[in-house]
Amino acid sequence: MLKSPAKLLQLLVTLLACAFLFVPTVQSVLAGVTANYFRGLSSGLTLKWIGEVWTLYSASIFLSIWIALACLVVTLIIGVPAAYALARNPGRLSRVLEEFISLPLAVPGLALALALLQLYGGYTEFRTSWAFILVGHVLYTLPFMLRAVLAVLAAIDLKTLEEGAASLGAGPARRFVDVVVPNALPGILAGALTVVTLSIGEFNLTWMLQTPFTKTLPVGLADSYASMRLEIASAYTLVFFVMIVPLLVAMQWATARAQRILQ
Amino acid sequence: MTLTLRSIAKTFAGGTRALLPTDLQIEQGEIVSLLGPSGCGKTTLLRIIAGLETPDPGATVRFDGEDVTALPVEKRQVGMVFQSYALFPNMSVRKNIGYGLKMQNLPKAEIAARVEEVIALCRLEPYADRPVTALSGGQRQRVALARAVAPRPRLLLLDEPLSALDAALRGQLRDELALLLRSFGITAIFVTHDQDEAMAIADRVAVMSHGRVVQIGTPEALYRNPATAFVARFVGAAMPLGGRIEDDRLHLPGGALPLASATVGHQAFVRAEDVRLDPDGALAARVETVTFLGTHYRVALSGATEQPLFALHSGLSAPAPGDSVRLSIAPGAILTLPTEDRIA
Ligand SMILES: Nc1ncnc2c1ncn2[C@@H]1O[C@H](COP(=O)(O)OP(=O)(O)O)[C@@H](O)[C@H]1O
Ligand SMILES: [Mg+2]
Repeated sequence: MLKSPAKLLQLLVTLLACAFLFVPTVQSVLAGVTANYFRGLSSGLTLKWIGEVWTLYSASIFLSIWIALACLVVTLIIGVPAAYALARNPGRLSRVLEEFISLPLAVPGLALALALLQLYGGYTEFRTSWAFILVGHVLYTLPFMLRAVLAVLAAIDLKTLEEGAASLGAGPARRFVDVVVPNALPGILAGALTVVTLSIGEFNLTWMLQTPFTKTLPVGLADSYASMRLEIASAYTLVFFVMIVPLLVAMQWATARAQRILQ
Repeated sequence: MTLTLRSIAKTFAGGTRALLPTDLQIEQGEIVSLLGPSGCGKTTLLRIIAGLETPDPGATVRFDGEDVTALPVEKRQVGMVFQSYALFPNMSVRKNIGYGLKMQNLPKAEIAARVEEVIALCRLEPYADRPVTALSGGQRQRVALARAVAPRPRLLLLDEPLSALDAALRGQLRDELALLLRSFGITAIFVTHDQDEAMAIADRVAVMSHGRVVQIGTPEALYRNPATAFVARFVGAAMPLGGRIEDDRLHLPGGALPLASATVGHQAFVRAEDVRLDPDGALAARVETVTFLGTHYRVALSGATEQPLFALHSGLSAPAPGDSVRLSIAPGAILTLPTEDRIA
């Protein structure tokens, strides 16, 4: 396999790049379970810091999970029918609409947050509730759901499939449930995992929108880095990884699966 | 079911006149084929009958006298076999076939029994539990047919159901489909651009050209008495003879032929099987090529007519290219028809 020096060099570069990413991560994770970071690993391993993180930030963890799930529900309810409508009515107007919905991808999260603050900042009740964060997350993640579903729907002959169902006596609602949703499922799954992952990891926008009552997981992370001792911050990183990595892996898998349908 | 169409026309948004006002009556249990070249409006007419396309104002579609023009497809009880089959990829063969019955809210046991019945009829037993994505083209075609007939529709509509298959399979399935449709005893409309398919399957054939039905009749009637040059060319590949009609005779470069009847301004046509190699024939010709086709030879001839002429010659031997031969065409075999610009 490693016949030529060129191949060897390639491998070396790849390994170096991996190390560049992994070493700090591993170090940080280790710091989270080390009794005293400044004395090194010889001070012993402990779960104490993770316990501390839990008592300090469990509310943030639950809030993040809650917002991610709520965000998923909202993007499903809006995104799937919207993707369906766009797929069934291809044309200039649909393309313009799609671009419009995708706009939050191009606008920096901070700008989006600022716009939301300007618009809703006066409504204190709303401003200080988790729903405010949710609105930001929905704006940011909706294009991902929409595009994932639209890509799968555009790849199948949806019109004829629906006509087939209609000729067999299925009205519009039955066709949506029996034909559209099941055939869009790989796209919906890929979109859903993307939405949850993005929502849990979202920082820019949330950091601007948050109040002391609405601190999410990544915002808490920044908070702990700024104000807690290093071991706690590292333990927090570890907790964050444990939550986000399985989601990332699942997202990769679902996206690959949806891709296969598109070919 | 009796189907009655009155003034069915369709102008698409871009201004394409896909269908000019068309009247058609199809009787209970009849199998009618819509035959015509690609783009002549066959699919459009079929989709209007199904309720998948809205005709221009003023049209009426009647099922057994009942006006269904405004009824959406899901209320019309028509079975449809699409050119691409449109099987549901998320369902097994059995689920596909049972879908229409499920929409009728029948009891589960009855659905199961009727699905089995149709599966047996279409010889789909070995594949019943497969996903439809794991079937061959021919199998998919049968599932599409089974799915369309399972709910016992009032009318079965088939849009080029064999065109997605390769040639060998197409021939075999054509005869199979003809038998199956007869065994269902259903009123059916079958769209095709293939003359052989239309003749093999249909009781009556409606020949379409440029958005209108030019002639409708039994396969024999169309073949023997085509109403226009287009029908003669499309059904049975009649060849134009050219020449000049004068004094009840057709004057050609290779000689003159007597005509049974003649109308000035009409064109003369003949089919290859009616052109005979005959030492006493009135036409002189030269053999260009000879193709052996098993049961007969196909001989290309020049000199007799302005355009190349073909003869189907049966016998143990054929003339060789370059030979001078004489041809005869029986007066009754010459079709004199209005020219194409007259029908347009
Ligand atoms: N949805 C449509 N929009 C615009 N023009 C169409 C549409 N469907 C068909 N046509 C046009 O109408 C004519 C007849 O089409 P069609 O009925 O599909 O013909 P056939 O089935 O005989 O091949 C064609 O010229 C076609 O391009
Ligand atoms: Mg067609």
